[in-house]
Amino acid sequence: MASAERIRIRTDRDILLARQRGREMGQTAGFVATDLTLIATAISELARNIVLYAREGMLEIHLVAEDARCGLLIVARDHGPGIADLTRAMQDGFSTSGGLGLGLPGVKRLMDSFEIDSYPGLGTTVRIAKWRRS
Amino acid sequence: MDVPVLKQGHFLIATVQSALTDADLAQLRRSLVEQVGKFRSRGVIVDVTAVDVLDSFACRTLRDIAHMAGFRGAETVIVGIHPELAFTMVQLGLSLEGVATALDLEEGLAYLQERTTPAARKSSPLATRGAGRGPVSRGQR
Repeated sequence: MASAERIRIRTDRDILLARQRGREMGQTAGFVATDLTLIATAISELARNIVLYAREGMLEIHLVAEDARCGLLIVARDHGPGIADLTRAMQDGFSTSGGLGLGLPGVKRLMDSFEIDSYPGLGTTVRIAKWRRS
Repeated sequence: MDVPVLKQGHFLIATVQSALTDADLAQLRRSLVEQVGKFRSRGVIVDVTAVDVLDSFACRTLRDIAHMAGFRGAETVIVGIHPELAFTMVQLGLSLEGVATALDLEEGLAYLQERTTPAARKSSPLATRGAGRGPVSRGQR
């Protein structure tokens, strides 16, 4: 059983692949159906941001077990243009691409934790995690 | 992966059978809008029962399909959004604003029949019952 997956994200097919891997690893971790859908959807949004804004990047999914809890840690990394105004990007309804938006506030609501680092011209890294409800 | 579109009388039924890429979704949108004209369809049903993720792009494409078909004179109804999807879409802040939805294919067909048959709309027992239902529950907490 692999405890980490790295998926290169370049095309819309990679977005599908990434969310399928996330679902599979979530199943391995013992998540309930609703959480599997939340995880797959969050991955889909982050992977799409990479394709749309950075063209390519990497998505890592880690199965983590620490202390008494078990879950998935997902890292989406790209070396794209970065986000100039993070505060605005984290506001609902903010969009730079004709109504689609980055969807970051939504992704944050789907997960238990959310961290973002972005440097204009250098790229963006988003770390999200979901813990299994026991 | 092509989505099969079935012609059923005045309606088109598109059944999404697996996860779709963005390109597949765009193809579905193009194909449905074309077929509405080709078959002079009055209604479109998109069945998403087998779909496991409806993210922002998929949601927007469904909205576009409904609005574009609307400009071509056809009503659209999305059917089969299962509970996990509904929950996730609300959390994510997505909406199908202005787009009709129904529980399943059967309800979707009933909705379209109701909406696209003027005679049925006037004399439909469903519509009458619906109109009278409101006040009954009022005042009961």
